[in-house]
Amino acid sequence: MALLSFERKYRVRGGTLVGGDLFDFWVGPFYVGFFGITTLFFSALGTALIFYGASQGGTWNPWLINIAPPDLSYGLGLAPLKAGGLWQIITVCAIGAFVSWALREVEICRKLGMGYHVPFAFAVAIFAYVTLVVFRPMLLGAWGHGFPYGIFSHLDWVSNVGYQYLHFHYNPAHMLAVSFFFTTTLALSMHGALVLSAVNPAKGEDVKSPEYEDTFFRDLIGYSVGTLGIHRVGLLLALNAGFWSAVCIIISGPFWTRGWPEWWTWWLNLPIWM
Amino acid sequence: MLSLSKLTAMGALALAGLALAGCEFGPKQSQQTGYRGTGIAQIVDPQNVVAPGEVPPPPYDLPAPSGPKAGEVYQNVKVLANVSQEEFDYTMAAITQWIVPADAPAEEAGCNYCHNAENLADDSKYTKVVARRMIQMTQNINQNYSDHVKQTGVTCYTCHRGAAVPAYVWTDPRPSDGRLMGNKRGQNTPSSAVAFASLPLDTYAKYMRGNSGPARVISKTIHPTTANRQTTKDAEGNYAIMMHLSQSLGVNCTYCHNSRSFARWEQSSPQRALAWYGLQMVKNTNEEYIHPLANVFPANRLGPQGDPYKTNCATCHQMQRKPLGGAQMAKDYPALLTLAPTVAPAPGAMPANGTAAAAAAPAAAAAAGN
Repeated sequence: MALLSFERKYRVRGGTLVGGDLFDFWVGPFYVGFFGITTLFFSALGTALIFYGASQGGTWNPWLINIAPPDLSYGLGLAPLKAGGLWQIITVCAIGAFVSWALREVEICRKLGMGYHVPFAFAVAIFAYVTLVVFRPMLLGAWGHGFPYGIFSHLDWVSNVGYQYLHFHYNPAHMLAVSFFFTTTLALSMHGALVLSAVNPAKGEDVKSPEYEDTFFRDLIGYSVGTLGIHRVGLLLALNAGFWSAVCIIISGPFWTRGWPEWWTWWLNLPIWM
Repeated sequence: MLSLSKLTAMGALALAGLALAGCEFGPKQSQQTGYRGTGIAQIVDPQNVVAPGEVPPPPYDLPAPSGPKAGEVYQNVKVLANVSQEEFDYTMAAITQWIVPADAPAEEAGCNYCHNAENLADDSKYTKVVARRMIQMTQNINQNYSDHVKQTGVTCYTCHRGAAVPAYVWTDPRPSDGRLMGNKRGQNTPSSAVAFASLPLDTYAKYMRGNSGPARVISKTIHPTTANRQTTKDAEGNYAIMMHLSQSLGVNCTYCHNSRSFARWEQSSPQRALAWYGLQMVKNTNEEYIHPLANVFPANRLGPQGDPYKTNCATCHQMQRKPLGGAQMAKDYPALLTLAPTVAPAPGAMPANGTAAAAAAPAAAAAAGN
């Protein structure tokens, strides 16, 4: 499609992590590589298993399809296929596909001599997912603490796990994560608005340069982070949102079992005013 | 001199250390109470589990229910008159062990805590009048609220635990004095009553008196109508009383509810129905048995609004799902299990027998007001 004629010259050989030259080729616009093969394998197998699980679940309503983790009684062992085992295999496939995709990004970065910012950002999202379905269940001693794969069912899980701690808004890491999510959307919307306002001038006027954008923000808040800097800010905010989300759930259970409001009594119990 | 970045790093480390000090380390125990993957589970830290408490053994072997009745042998026996004299003595010995503080001064120790030593039949001590009513209250709970207390039942010890006043009680809060500055409007105070959240603290008075309505705030329609005039503040009060239930039993919200729809009975666990019967029991207990004693208690046994210390879930449960870990205690004290026909109503008290309206099932309540 948008395969530009000059793109061909950036298709450089090498930079692979695994497999040498064996998978170092393109199919149409797509770089394949060893991790392209593994991505395809895991995502195809995982998706097929999700469809198989749906076929055994009693509904094809896409909102209600639910592939649930095993009962807590299975601990960290394997469960029968229709009693959570499917969830376990799909989890392996999901992690395999996500990590393969990240490593494929790394190989492309190496080919192009770029920094690893894109795979790093994706890795934070993978980290949040793995925290939910691997790290926290392992710390609590049962795969059943992972979330179910289903649109409504995973939302119900989020709600109930929140209420396991009576009032989740008192979770300090949740506070940070929510603040970072909101700030991410605020920064993105202001950035988008600023760019659009610069490239959509009044009728008959020229498109405005970045100096105008900087001046706008200097007039507004006394400082402009700049055209490159706003992307650094955006990345920082977004990665923190995902990171603190992972923290807020891994501390719920493994490191705190009571209501989150009660956690704050450490402040009331400081020896200064006790 | 320290650089700013070093100071910042040290400050961040100190804060992180303090925050971690608030955490619970070590392995946790979890118990699944719902379908797999719903997140309906109890997770506890075994190092922070509250012990259920020791059950004191009976004073001696339960005597046979034969022989002369207490009402024939003793004077002024109004509640336990039809119990044999030997069982009456046995019950009195147990009650003394359960209620009278071990460190009571000599003139109030043992039987003298309630009785005039010169004349045991005399009603001059308020503690005796209260104790008589409390025996009726215990009988009422065991006879009429078996939907909540099941066959385990309750005794005086379930609440008292060796103290004249149970550890977990409540009174009506002092109303706001109308100040503007520093007025917390009955909330925003870290209290175990609301699990240390900023929720309103007057929830017992709102939900645990005889005229209290059900703890329901959810509207049944998408758009606002005049059918539900409850406010956000009402919802916070509802949340607060639920926090009390959780704290009192040492459980989280999912013990009774599937949070995808708190109100739906058919999606809730059976424990929610048990709790509903318990709330009816607490309302009845407070209104029929405890509140009418306001003019019997001395001032130092009343709250700031002049009402006696009343019960809530924690009074019996004391952070256990079943009080005293579910120990079968009441069976050893048959005199406390059924309401005895009264000879005369206790002073300042309402008739004991006509009020136990525990019959309506929660499903019916759900149909009516859910």
